[in-house]
Amino acid sequence: MVRKHREIGKAGWGYTATTSIIGFIYFFPVLWIILTAFKTRTDALATPPKLFFTPTLDNFTSVFYRASITTGSSQATDMGLYFFNSIFIAGTSVGLALIVGTLAAYAFSRFPLRGNDTYLFIILTTRMMPPIVVIIPIFLMFRLSGLAGTYWGIILLYTAFNIPFSIWLIKSFFDELNPEIEDAARMDGSTEGRVFFGFCIPQILAGLSATFVFGLILTWNEFLFALLLTGVETRTVPVAMARTLGGEVGVDYGLLAAIVTLFLIPIFFVTFLLQNQLLRGVTFGTVKK
Amino acid sequence: MANTAKTRSGFGAWLLDPKRRGALLVAPAITILFVMNIFPLMWSFGLSFFNYKASSLKVPTFKGFDNYGKVLTDERVWERFQTTAIIVSSSVIMQLIIGFLMAMMFAKVFPLRRIVLMLVLTPMMLSFVSVGVFFKLFYEPTFGIVSFVLNFFTEERFVLLGSPEGAILGIVIADAWMWSPFVMLLVLAGLVSVPKYLYEAAEIDRASKWRTFWTITFPYIKSLLLLAVLFRTIETFKLFDVVYIITDGGPGSTTETIAVYLYRTAFQFFKTSQSSALAYIVLFIVIVLTNLYLYAVNRREEEVE
Repeated sequence: MVRKHREIGKAGWGYTATTSIIGFIYFFPVLWIILTAFKTRTDALATPPKLFFTPTLDNFTSVFYRASITTGSSQATDMGLYFFNSIFIAGTSVGLALIVGTLAAYAFSRFPLRGNDTYLFIILTTRMMPPIVVIIPIFLMFRLSGLAGTYWGIILLYTAFNIPFSIWLIKSFFDELNPEIEDAARMDGSTEGRVFFGFCIPQILAGLSATFVFGLILTWNEFLFALLLTGVETRTVPVAMARTLGGEVGVDYGLLAAIVTLFLIPIFFVTFLLQNQLLRGVTFGTVKK
Repeated sequence: MANTAKTRSGFGAWLLDPKRRGALLVAPAITILFVMNIFPLMWSFGLSFFNYKASSLKVPTFKGFDNYGKVLTDERVWERFQTTAIIVSSSVIMQLIIGFLMAMMFAKVFPLRRIVLMLVLTPMMLSFVSVGVFFKLFYEPTFGIVSFVLNFFTEERFVLLGSPEGAILGIVIADAWMWSPFVMLLVLAGLVSVPKYLYEAAEIDRASKWRTFWTITFPYIKSLLLLAVLFRTIETFKLFDVVYIITDGGPGSTTETIAVYLYRTAFQFFKTSQSSALAYIVLFIVIVLTNLYLYAVNRREEEVE
């Protein structure tokens, strides 16, 4: 914590060491989960808990291949499909919400409707609402319309969940831009399309990626709706995770930890790559540079 | 888009008229929201006035405000609201303290900052299910790592989830651990927005660290802290999975939050209509909180401008 003779807001390797220790303590539960993924069943539930052990990859194998009790041969599980489903569903719905949200946000920012603020408020309320309020009607609706168990059903639902904050976030980025420049471009004969794609979008690219990461984190682990509305073909990983909990022999912590670890990798890397933008996005764009 | 409108005729031209541009751009978003959110909301509002049970085939009859009356006079519902209030307030306070301290820590630029920051951001990316299952394992009296560490200090067998207070603490720790990074991001964004020259001026004036914090830093993060409180309150209010897995509402029903109670009414006792009524009371509370939230956002915008 030596601060003398150094530029304000900068610190050296000593500071890195201190924060790393604190960071590791905070990270410890995650580390423990990752370690558990490499443990045998006995090691996972050893007393006292084991920090050092002979690692095994068995849990990772059994995520994708399950030994059949009757024949003894190994049989592929559907976990690969579930990983694909999770990536496909979360990616598509967050992307879709981003496109639809950007168009709406642009309109709310540049061509206000009558009752603009009321619309925005209603839109935000739908995001704040406890999911349990709508789960029964949505469940009935999906059954009646045949959307239950389809990709489109769950994708549209997640898109709807992501639209409110996408609009709010992206609108605040549009609000930061100077509309006079756009007007000048219009005077010079630019089409509306060129103003939008050529001037506005490039300037808020950072904001768009923040919205993407933020939405992805919130959608990635959604459980309740996925549980009720996905079928065998469209099941996502959080639902599959919960399904490993049941069973006569209790929770298989090693297997669960292996799934958690694998499932953490994609979201971790996306967040790492877009970290700086996330920092900006989380404040609803209220911090101006 | 305006140019293409000129060259078209009929319906196309009408639709792409500059007057309708705003409405046209908003339409896809509103349509999806209406179908997936607003329509189901109205449906469950309707259900709350009937005596519909998802488990029975009987034709539901109109009951007026009976369900609302039943829910509001039910002592159990008030108990659940109290439990929720205790869990929400302690968890949010904990998130604020941890998040704030971590933000102060990461406000400086130091080598490998990006990587160290990832260490504390990871809990947010875990699923509720896995956090629930593994925190339950950590608290476990025989195999748990928490009991193992505590056994160095005390001989007593450590059963955190055995008492109501302990169970609440267990839930609060898990939730606060998961979401403190979120508060940190908010506060950090505020800290980053403080113009550097203010600090330089303070240093020239030899202002104490304490004074620098209260007069320069705090005004910049004040409303962001308020934002964090409201956003996290609204989110924690919905806390379901973690409670359901760690304590299942127990011991007894001492940790049953309103969300868990709502789930039980709807999916275990199948009192669909009654649960819709309760859900609407919850929604009302959330709308009030949302208003407060918006107020905070607007104040923040005014301050920055």
